[in-house]
Amino acid sequence: MSTILTVDDSEAVRDLVRFTLEAEGYSVVEAENGQEALDRLRADRPALVITDLNMPVMNGIDFIRSARGEAAGSGIPIVMLTTETAPEMKAQGKEAGATGWINKPFDADKLIAVTRKLLG
Amino acid sequence: MEQATAAFVQEAHEILSELEDLVLGLEDDPGPAAIDAIFRSLHTLKGSGAMFGYSSLARFAHHFENAYEKVRAGELTVGRDLVNLSLEARDLLGGFLALEGDVEASEALLHSEQTQRIVARIQAVTGEGGAAGERTAARPDAAGRPDAAGAMPARGGGPRRYRIRFRPLRDALRNGMRPDLLMRELEDLGTVALAVDAGALPPLDALDPADAHLTWLAELETEAGREAVEDVFIFADDAELEIEEIAADTAAPFDQALPDAGAAAPAPRPAGEAGATAPRPAEGGRGTGAARPGESLRIAASRLDEMMDSLGELVIAQARLGAVAERISDPILETVVEEIGALVLGLRDATLSIRMLPVETVFGKFRRVVRDLSAELGKEVRLVIEGGETEIDKNVIDRIGDPLVHMIRNSLDHGIEAADDRTAAGKPAAGTLRLSARQEGGEILVTIEDDGRGLDAAAIRAKAVERGLLPEEAEPDERTLHHLIFEPGFSTARELSAVSGRGVGMDAVRSAIDQLGGAVEVASRAGKGTRVTLRLPVTLAIVDGLRVRLGGQVYVIPLSAVEECVEMDRAETGRRSGRTVLRIRDELVPYVELDGVLGLAASGEVSRRVVIVRASGARVGLVVDDILGQSQTVIKSLSPYHRAIPGLGGATILGDGRVALIIDVATLIRQAESVRALLEREAA
Repeated sequence: MSTILTVDDSEAVRDLVRFTLEAEGYSVVEAENGQEALDRLRADRPALVITDLNMPVMNGIDFIRSARGEAAGSGIPIVMLTTETAPEMKAQGKEAGATGWINKPFDADKLIAVTRKLLG
Repeated sequence: MEQATAAFVQEAHEILSELEDLVLGLEDDPGPAAIDAIFRSLHTLKGSGAMFGYSSLARFAHHFENAYEKVRAGELTVGRDLVNLSLEARDLLGGFLALEGDVEASEALLHSEQTQRIVARIQAVTGEGGAAGERTAARPDAAGRPDAAGAMPARGGGPRRYRIRFRPLRDALRNGMRPDLLMRELEDLGTVALAVDAGALPPLDALDPADAHLTWLAELETEAGREAVEDVFIFADDAELEIEEIAADTAAPFDQALPDAGAAAPAPRPAGEAGATAPRPAEGGRGTGAARPGESLRIAASRLDEMMDSLGELVIAQARLGAVAERISDPILETVVEEIGALVLGLRDATLSIRMLPVETVFGKFRRVVRDLSAELGKEVRLVIEGGETEIDKNVIDRIGDPLVHMIRNSLDHGIEAADDRTAAGKPAAGTLRLSARQEGGEILVTIEDDGRGLDAAAIRAKAVERGLLPEEAEPDERTLHHLIFEPGFSTARELSAVSGRGVGMDAVRSAIDQLGGAVEVASRAGKGTRVTLRLPVTLAIVDGLRVRLGGQVYVIPLSAVEECVEMDRAETGRRSGRTVLRIRDELVPYVELDGVLGLAASGEVSRRVVIVRASGARVGLVVDDILGQSQTVIKSLSPYHRAIPGLGGATILGDGRVALIIDVATLIRQAESVRALLEREAA
């Protein structure tokens, strides 16, 4: 089953993503910020990345841009977690190479729906 | 899910505590880094809150966040008003969190007058209208609907036909888009006829297979509405997309859609474009289970306590093993015992270090205390924190908060003068309160220092005489006078103020520190300021102890309090002002017979020893029958019945299995002093 990388500085959000997607049979790996996410990307070769945007050390936008420049990050769907109140972030994310987005707050159903949509 | 929610609650608490520091820090440095950090905190609370059952909190955080969004955009400057407002808003967030996800109560709090007042103030600051603010994060959003598409019913009247033309951006494949998957999603909605237009495909030598070149054409017959079709392409909002509803009987699907029908062959489906150009990573990546991020681990404090208990038992068992080995006296056994000793010592240090927290965790809270209190008192006070990274055992940290607050209150209330008085005295108008911590051997020194008016020795003296704490004719030195402030019931403030006069005095501080096996010292210069120093043990659980014998019993004196040991018969003894004293290198040190103080029968032994200890800033000798040696001592607390006995700080188990009592040096000395004072008064 596919591996999914969840990137968020909030352990709570990572837990939510992990529990939801593991219950669907995916394996989930985690990273706390963009920098760690790049390491995980190379090491674990995930099929899908779900990343927060506001993070310390390396934010989501920079991470997406860097990921797209790497073999492991090219061609895979990268979903950003956004909030409706910051539409400009969504545009920036798309610009950097994000495939799609999930608006916060989200629930398990929404997460599964987007995962299926992007992984088929 | 509960685990995730618990993680959220803990994170939210951490965020709130950080937020307070950040907001307070704005007054000195409203730099972009701090603003960003505040914004990020609020953003996380807003975004996560609603997901974990705290949607009222999230909605309030949204208002709060708006303000910092303006600050970040340079549309709003940070001033004292915003800082004050932010602190109130931060406290209110804490209020939401305290409701533990109770939806009704949280809603009530959100709509309470208090909350609405703060919201209105925030909106006044941000220049936002009331209604605009209610555009909250809790509303469901468009991106959430992709899978709802299939369920969307048509508005009635049989199936519809849509003609769809979809041309992704050139980067779409690199960016993880799969046109083939989108076409399959269309198939979930109904019947699809599919074709591709390869007209934009460059010549082969100029072809980058990772670029998207194909235009996708689909005709969909579906019961679903237009919105469901649009939702399939929701993430392709930047691509070329035409969705046209056509008459149900339109024939020849692609005749018009294809500019050059000859160039386009009906594509076999699913089309191989994405599959051929975007290599999929191997599935089932390596080491997925072990890939937890970061190198830190969050564990319940109770588990650490359990671990500490087990370690304590291990230390005791090791001591027994040592005793047995000594009896058997086998060199091989002794080697093993030595090795185990070294390992236990290493394990002890490692375990204790896990329990260590930076003292900043308690110091940090005082920024708010100092700020609020100085505002209340109308004084200007600068708080300086030094050595916040010094680590102390968690149990000690938990127990020094209240004493520190008390001392800070004292400094602000009685120590630091009003700005006018300070200026008149030639001092800067703003007072300085310095909180610092540093390690010295097995002790942590925490100091609270102000540059206020200092202790009033004459007033202390008068008060002490009035209270019967000091004979009228006594002429104690300044240091002794200063330490009288730690006596029960002592207070020199002319009137009790709301700030520091709450019926507890410095005696409460001293007894709290004594209980920790620490000591309090005070140094003060009139007009210059006061410094209180807390000497705290690095840890409470295991201490190095000195075993002494009294009659047939063994007692343990914490080594940190011990200065030296001398032979009684070689020391010169005598009496000075009612005390028994001995002369050690030209210094007179008062001493007490430990058996007498503990109420034991006097020992008849001739050759005795004196352990010189330091407690509450004074040196005192404790006379014992013999000194047995030094060992690691696992402190076991006494039962509630025995805890009330002054002078005993706990019990421990010796290597031979016997129980020994641990002497609480500071209380013991005080106890001895008050007994002596009582006897003298009776004699007089």
